[in-house]
Amino acid sequence: MMQTTGAKPAGLLDIESLDRAEVEAILERAHFFQPIESGPFRRLDALRGKMIVNLFFEASTRTRVSFEIAAKRLGADTVSIAAQGSSVTKGESLVDTLNTLVAMRPNAIVMRHAASGAPHFLARHLQIPIVNAGDGTHEHPTQALLDARTILDQRPTLEGLRVAIIGDIAHSRVARSNVHLLSKFGADIVLCGPPSLLPRELEQLAPGVSLAYEMTQAIRDADVIMMLRVQLERQHEAPMSAGEYFRFYGLRLEHLALAKPDVIVMHPGPINRGRELSSEVADSQRSVILNQVGNGIAIRMAVLERILGGEAV
Amino acid sequence: MKSLLITGGRVIDPASGGDGRADILIRDGRIESVGTGLSDPDAFRFDATGAIVAPGFIDMHVHLREPGGEHAETIDTGARAAAAGGFTTICCMPNTTPVNDSATVTSYIVHRAREVAQVNVFPIGAITKGSLGDELAAIGSMREAGIVAISDDGRPVMNARVMRRAMELARALDLTVIDHCEDLNLSAGGDMHEGRESVRLGLGGIPSASEDVMVARDLLLAELTGARYHVAHLSTMRSVEMVAFAKSRGLRVSCEVTPHHFAITDQELATYDSNYKMKPPLRCRHDADAVIEGIVNGVVDAIATDHAPHAGSDKMQEFERCPFGITGLETAIGLSLAELVHKGRITVNRMVELFTTGPANILKLDRGTLAPGAPADITVFDMHTEWAYDVQQSFSKSRNSPFGGRRFRGGPLATIVGGEIVWTFQDKNREQ
Repeated sequence: MMQTTGAKPAGLLDIESLDRAEVEAILERAHFFQPIESGPFRRLDALRGKMIVNLFFEASTRTRVSFEIAAKRLGADTVSIAAQGSSVTKGESLVDTLNTLVAMRPNAIVMRHAASGAPHFLARHLQIPIVNAGDGTHEHPTQALLDARTILDQRPTLEGLRVAIIGDIAHSRVARSNVHLLSKFGADIVLCGPPSLLPRELEQLAPGVSLAYEMTQAIRDADVIMMLRVQLERQHEAPMSAGEYFRFYGLRLEHLALAKPDVIVMHPGPINRGRELSSEVADSQRSVILNQVGNGIAIRMAVLERILGGEAV
Repeated sequence: MKSLLITGGRVIDPASGGDGRADILIRDGRIESVGTGLSDPDAFRFDATGAIVAPGFIDMHVHLREPGGEHAETIDTGARAAAAGGFTTICCMPNTTPVNDSATVTSYIVHRAREVAQVNVFPIGAITKGSLGDELAAIGSMREAGIVAISDDGRPVMNARVMRRAMELARALDLTVIDHCEDLNLSAGGDMHEGRESVRLGLGGIPSASEDVMVARDLLLAELTGARYHVAHLSTMRSVEMVAFAKSRGLRVSCEVTPHHFAITDQELATYDSNYKMKPPLRCRHDADAVIEGIVNGVVDAIATDHAPHAGSDKMQEFERCPFGITGLETAIGLSLAELVHKGRITVNRMVELFTTGPANILKLDRGTLAPGAPADITVFDMHTEWAYDVQQSFSKSRNSPFGGRRFRGGPLATIVGGEIVWTFQDKNREQ
């Protein structure tokens, strides 16, 4: 059982505050949960009797479904709430909504919210573990964990890898979480995008980060290329036209020749073909985009199990 | 009214340069005399032994929310908080509902303050109608009704031509123009200082440049018009430099800083606590250091709180949805002692100046002095009493202070307005 008195219950708010050992433990446990080659996922009952509420204030398909499946595979009960169908649209405040849910005594809340820091704000006011499923332009911890799991399926270690993250870095929670995670393992991280989406302060986000405004520079000798979605909904003004963006920051097959021969291409989805990467790249042998999706379930199983304290199987 | 004799304190009066043990005799609401061995058998005696007795502190930048925002603060509650913070005079910004842009609203505030306020309340009038930045407000009529300055605080005048006209008129009316310096195009979408921390936290940034470009513009307009010009809540290194430069050229410019801008930085925002959200935002260390340096070297003329109460429900939201502003009246002296005096950056005499002659000179008030005949506004404080700020016991209607629970060494002990003791320190209110 979770502790209910004294210390605040531990959830997962961000990667930045995790230490390397915790990350390693989650990645290792997720490996155990990965499906055996073409076999079925393991079905367990570590979280039998536990109730997890998935609260999505922002549209999401893969993350929400992935959390739901992960919880069910562990034997937990889940309820998923989309903000559109909730009392939020009737003017209820976030704290009131959460208090109402907490009164129904779930064991954890998985939350996605458009405001940076929303889960941190709630964690200070509520006695329940909160799993951040993406907060504004801040962090998306389980995405970075599943990305690391995906890389480790292809490479023996994260240490010393050269990882290029390309696109709308300023507005990307995926980029921030990945930078923090990869940095903890000594990776060499190059962030690349148009100047207005690549603030210079990003270089100080974590050790090992450098910036590039040109794709060729970012991709040269890369072991991993992570492409990000252009988040038009978060931008005050478009940095450049869509055509210009694809020309300078879109990933095409010819770019891959600059990288290491066994480079892998990743994308958190949903992908916009022809906007940030070409169809040929998305469908190429180098793309591990679908592996990422599969690993999402294993990672979320590991996270939920860790947070809800299910006995080791 | 019974006369009042304050005995045994260390009297610091920057206006006359006086500093030493003395008594103060007050009669009919005015200072009668300051000296040693004063006596008056009929007077009520207040023993100030071990404390500092200074002219009443002036906070030239507060928001009292009345009329229109009485759920967050009223003239009554704001004035009580001021008294509990050691202030005898506060100047309230015009961003009420309706905006204080006419003699009618000014008169309402003046009369309401006379009825309910424990301290002196002087309104500041709007620069433009509705503070919309287009058309000048009824500045002359408001002056007759009692405003002490003009400002569109919170909604800066973006149009330089309008600002120029306002300065020309203010000069003719002998009013100071106070500007909240923020280029709204540069700050749009921002919730905190733009820098390493905003990038880390994924929050929209407000660059220092959004303040600096407006300070630069205003200083040029002040030179063009000859107006008396004052920068509200100055928060950046470059703005300190520009004000220093303008002063060196003999312009009639001044500036204030808030305790929060010299006491804390954007490092505090890591918890996404909206009690650290205000405009201008908490800047980074080098800006805070520059502000302190400006206090030390005399570029900064006054400390003002920018007391900005917001109802609890408004501040209990996602960070980006919360309004800007924090309360500050009750913690200003404690923070100034802690960050400036106890750390050896300035003398307590200089601190008193920043709260008295500083603002009085900016606004041409006949206050901030212990000269015989002056209104008997007096602040008694000390530098050693240990206390903790219990924000739940605040006299303000709002609780949005980041300093709840903070422990202080030294603070206000008594507040005397027009010869009347309106507030005294009660241990039970303060000690944990």
